[in-house]
Amino acid sequence: MNESKSALRAPRRRSDSQPAPHIEISPANSSPVQLNARGLTKSYRKGATVIPVLRGVDLEVRRGEFLAIIGQSGSGKSTLLHILGTLDAPDSGEVHYEGRRIDNLPLAQRDRVRNGQIGMIFQFYHLLPELTALENVLSPLMIASSAWSYWRRRREHGERAKELLDTVGLSHRLKHRPRELSGGEMQRAAIARALITGPKVLLADEPTGNLDRGTGQEILEILGRLNRDQKLTMVMVTHDLAIADRADRVIRLVEGRAERV
Amino acid sequence: MYKLLLCWRYLRTRYIALASVISVTLGVATMIVVNAVMSGFAYEMKNRIHGILSDVIFEAHSATGFDDPQYHMEAIRRIAGDYIAGMTPTVHVPAMLTFEYGGTHHTRPVTLIGIDAETQSEASDFGKYLLHPGNREKMSFELRDGGFDAADRQPGAPADGRRVLSEAGWSYRRWWVERKKAFDADHPQRVEPPEPTGELSTGATDDDDTAVRLAAGDEESPAPNEQLTGEPSTDGEEAAATSPADPFKPEDNVFDPATEQHTGLVLGIAISNFRDDNGKERFLLLPGDDVMLTFPNAAIPPGAVNSNFTIVDLYESKMSEYDSTFVFVPIQKLQQLQGTLDTSTMVGRANSIQIRLKNEADANLVRDKLRKAFPMELYSVSTWRDKQGPLLAAVQMETAILNILLFLIIAVAGFGILAIFFMIVVEKTRDIGILKALGASGRGIMGIFLSYGLSLGIVGSGVGLVLGLLFVVNINQIASLLSLLTGHEVFDPTIYYFYKIPAIIEPVTVTWIVCGALLIAVLASVLPARRAARLHPVEALRYE
Repeated sequence: MNESKSALRAPRRRSDSQPAPHIEISPANSSPVQLNARGLTKSYRKGATVIPVLRGVDLEVRRGEFLAIIGQSGSGKSTLLHILGTLDAPDSGEVHYEGRRIDNLPLAQRDRVRNGQIGMIFQFYHLLPELTALENVLSPLMIASSAWSYWRRRREHGERAKELLDTVGLSHRLKHRPRELSGGEMQRAAIARALITGPKVLLADEPTGNLDRGTGQEILEILGRLNRDQKLTMVMVTHDLAIADRADRVIRLVEGRAERV
Repeated sequence: MYKLLLCWRYLRTRYIALASVISVTLGVATMIVVNAVMSGFAYEMKNRIHGILSDVIFEAHSATGFDDPQYHMEAIRRIAGDYIAGMTPTVHVPAMLTFEYGGTHHTRPVTLIGIDAETQSEASDFGKYLLHPGNREKMSFELRDGGFDAADRQPGAPADGRRVLSEAGWSYRRWWVERKKAFDADHPQRVEPPEPTGELSTGATDDDDTAVRLAAGDEESPAPNEQLTGEPSTDGEEAAATSPADPFKPEDNVFDPATEQHTGLVLGIAISNFRDDNGKERFLLLPGDDVMLTFPNAAIPPGAVNSNFTIVDLYESKMSEYDSTFVFVPIQKLQQLQGTLDTSTMVGRANSIQIRLKNEADANLVRDKLRKAFPMELYSVSTWRDKQGPLLAAVQMETAILNILLFLIIAVAGFGILAIFFMIVVEKTRDIGILKALGASGRGIMGIFLSYGLSLGIVGSGVGLVLGLLFVVNINQIASLLSLLTGHEVFDPTIYYFYKIPAIIEPVTVTWIVCGALLIAVLASVLPARRAARLHPVEALRYE
């Protein structure tokens, strides 16, 4: 497994020099564009009927921006987030990351983008039940590097993971399995895991959807702090307007299109 | 890295998968045990067969054999002398052995083999199987003064299992003669003493023929024959055989069994002994006893020849086929009795020549050379393998079939692994989605499950290997424990002539078995692993 950065170098040729079209949905922002999508469509097939979910979504996220996407359940928020995170491919449209098109990269390179450039957290935390909190946090690094190179730098990695767990306030639960952790603790571990490879973008899919209000607030605090202190670009999907208020900017998905709020 | 870690964690947390490899374990263990025992048996058998048979056997098709074995041996030496370490002529005759035990007479069908005491041990391992250490050193057809092995030389045999043999020899002979005389004295009214000794020594025409004076030894034996030179020797023999004197005529003083012996004879041990219900060996005949042999002479139509012999040693090759049928006598004596010995040249007919090759020589090559040189219509040349080919082939066949069957068991275990792996993949669908979301490639996911399958295979076959080896090493203890528990002899030495179950662990075979089991485990995990690798991350993440 190569270093994650090389993944982005190769496709530069193919992604052409055509600049990402700046569809000004967002307010003017001096920062460069981190992630943008253009004309994303996606539909699901259920038997004979085709259910369109996204019907041409355009959006742009600038570096260091905290963007919230809201919408009713079934409006395609998660699908949009998955497409932005290269977990899913759009039927048409393009996704650009730092000006390079990433949605049509070969599978292996998309894996590397996901591993190194884009962190993701989910409503159901999605920690691996067999691994301890610390190992869960380390897992993207294990995926990124070969067994040998990981082993050589295991101490360094371990330090970094502990540091991150400290940042999210989970340094007292390193050796616990996910089932021994509370929801909030699991989400903290998930955040640390998303950040371990040093991504520039964090995609959060209803990160507080499964938490009580208080814990949810704590998680949002952490996310806000990361956004502020580390200039982490953040895209959060939620159905809760109150939560979305914390974001710099809010987009609403209505009938498969993005609207400014 | 995550592959190894996850594989390790799955291994430690998914006991159901371990259950699925138990059949792999059992299969591997059984295969190791079966192969070890089978190759042990095959090895012992080959050893025994080869022990009695020399490397190459040169035979005449005709019943009466060929003239002048010396001439043939020289011809053979001219053709393949470079390969030959030793040769000896032998005469094979079907015969009937009669002996007395407990006042009754018993007969046994035997194969009578005339051998040259000097050269027989050069051409085969014959000498090694004799019970007297002196005869093993240098074969002699003269009765020894005791000193026979009192125990089976096989490992594991009871130390004093044949205590009776320690008394065999001249002292035993004197003792039974003494007893017999006392018995005869006590029962003067008895007209028919059931005594095989000296029955023929009182024969009308060659009264002294079968008795060899102990002091004079073999040199004297042709002397009586010279009395017969007037008539053709075969006729003389025939006359002796067909007009026996009253066999039950009371003993006269011509032959004194207490100080003299008949011509020596080596008896296959299974003719003389049997096992009682407790597995203890009992001997009907011992060195020092006299027996009578009846066999055809060389005339047409064949007449029966009777002659008395004294057992000088027992022959134990542990091949029941040989031990229960072979009887060895001096070849010249046999030729003389059959009437094929030319008394002027001392050359008789033989019907086979045993050839021992030098160590590195290829038996098949020598066989083919000899086959080319001698007319096929008259002679047959075969190696010891050819002779016992069907037996060895049968063992090989059995091993092969058992291996196929047992390997099928492992293959069935493979399907068990397949099913359980599919289950695990389904169970782990969400985790697979998570890994993919974190950037794991399809290959990586496949790697997890393949290495999981491999490690299950390693665990299964490793445990099987250890179990199998332990079983093989302690196979005899296990057999005796089973006998103890069931009260039924699991491994009966009377059937197999082994005290211990022979088992040879062949590293190559063991390696093959383990590799095969590993391969099956990996193959069984390929399909589920591919399925896991192809899961769509989003769908996998949504999976509840």
